[in-house]
Amino acid sequence: MTAPQSAAPTTPSLLARLSGANLQQYVVYVGFLAIFLFFAVVLRDSGFLTQRNLINIILQTAPVTIMAIGLVFALSAGEIDLSIGSTVAVSALGGAMAMAAFPQAALLAGIGAGLGMGLLVGLVNGALVAYLRLPSFLVTLATMGLFAGVARSLTQLRSIPVTDPVFTGLFGSGNLFGIPSLVIWTIAAVAIGHFIFRQTKYGAHVLATGDNARAAMVTGIKVPRVRLSVFLISGAMAGLAGLLYSGRLQAAKYTLGETDLMTVIAAVIVGGTLLNGGKGSIIGALVGSLMMGMLNNGLILMGLSVSDQMIVRGLIILIAVAVSLRETSR
Amino acid sequence: MTQPVLALNNIRKSFGGVVAIEDFSLTIEPGEIVALVGDNGAGKSTLIKIISGVHAPSSGNIVIEGESISMSSATKAREHGIEVVYQDLALADQQSVYMNLFLGREVTRGPFGQLDRKTMIAETQRLVDELDVRIPSPHATIRDLSGGQRQGIAIARATRWAKKLILLDEPTAALGVAETAKVEKIVAGLKARNIGVLIISHSLDQVFRLSDRICVLRRGKQIGIRKTADTDKNEIVSMITGLSAA
Repeated sequence: MTAPQSAAPTTPSLLARLSGANLQQYVVYVGFLAIFLFFAVVLRDSGFLTQRNLINIILQTAPVTIMAIGLVFALSAGEIDLSIGSTVAVSALGGAMAMAAFPQAALLAGIGAGLGMGLLVGLVNGALVAYLRLPSFLVTLATMGLFAGVARSLTQLRSIPVTDPVFTGLFGSGNLFGIPSLVIWTIAAVAIGHFIFRQTKYGAHVLATGDNARAAMVTGIKVPRVRLSVFLISGAMAGLAGLLYSGRLQAAKYTLGETDLMTVIAAVIVGGTLLNGGKGSIIGALVGSLMMGMLNNGLILMGLSVSDQMIVRGLIILIAVAVSLRETSR
Repeated sequence: MTQPVLALNNIRKSFGGVVAIEDFSLTIEPGEIVALVGDNGAGKSTLIKIISGVHAPSSGNIVIEGESISMSSATKAREHGIEVVYQDLALADQQSVYMNLFLGREVTRGPFGQLDRKTMIAETQRLVDELDVRIPSPHATIRDLSGGQRQGIAIARATRWAKKLILLDEPTAALGVAETAKVEKIVAGLKARNIGVLIISHSLDQVFRLSDRICVLRRGKQIGIRKTADTDKNEIVSMITGLSAA
């Protein structure tokens, strides 16, 4: 057979492979590239491609990425955590209040209280879901409202300054060898999250639980414990996101994280994690988060009004989610 | 002399005042296939649940290779080398074949307990080759497999872990003719592994093709056990229904 003839069959097979069962896994990468290229061309004179702006996108996205990692665990186990936005607020406020109360050990108090609040919310959610078998959608819908209320009543809607320089350096404006701390947090969380999710027995048990809880149970996986644990992870990650927000803004307020829930869910779903469990991707969630951040950044640079930004963002998320989920319905 | 892999002695089970199983006794030898037959509601499922540790018998005892045991959970039953192939197969559909084979019992290595995929994949390949379960690859996702292939994987998993006994609950109920034949071949192949097999089936043809002995249940009563070679369908049917063969 001559070369041109033999080249012909490879094209359809490649196409078939791309449009086949795995399309969903690539959507986020294709979407990311497409949006990046679009902004790179359209906003070439508006500073989109400057190093400063690109790093800014990563910095601004860090809390969303961290929350997205937690949500990948929850969704993969067949659960959902809607309370992450409220958890961010109570954790940031809890951390800031603890730092104010214990100025001589501000760093430890802030981290302990912030992560502690996140774990506490996770424990409440997880215990109700895992041991009372209440649906996580309703449990976390309720705790979302509950902890949003707690966040408001903690400080009577006032914001609390966060001034400890070590804390704000560690969780905000600091850097190590010239790498901003928020970038380091993002890389560390993604690397550890990916390792646990993909490489350990625990990750496999999370996926099995979300895929077929009965099968997981009869093969000896402690399903209630797995369910509890994913809420603890989700809560702790939201708590960490709260610390990152308060470190970067040097203040904690009840509004922190308020509008992040939809962004995080969109980032995770676009990144190839199934809404009903059994399949997830930490790397996909990272790229999904960056895509959302880039979208925000680009739409602002394009000079769209806030209302137009919301409409465009909503439409793009809708398209991305539709393409991601299309393949699974068979 | 080899010991029976499983001996059930005078098993009785009642739920409240309702007697589900009365005075059931059965031994299964290594490499033997015993079929459990009976109409709906005869108590077959209850019996399977007792052997797999889901229900504890109200009285009577279970002896595995000479050791009298009490089973409080399915985990206990697995520890004693009993594996169940459930009617719904209990497979995680979106995971790979090899992860399903090692579900809940993943092989790990290294200080951080990483999954040892290489070992699991190699062992899966060896096992499916041995049992002649034809799948595209150990990496294949369960939901992309046919009903017969899935059943084959469920049986392969039970075979991998069973040291004494495999319980098969209606293994071919949802399968077509060709796939049924394939699964029956796999089941027949288990004899060579010297484990006992207890199979529940509604198909008497299948029972006669596969089993060494047939045990009949009717309304919780053990009607009798026959050597498959010494009986015929008419006798078994009359034992199941309680009507003498005309």
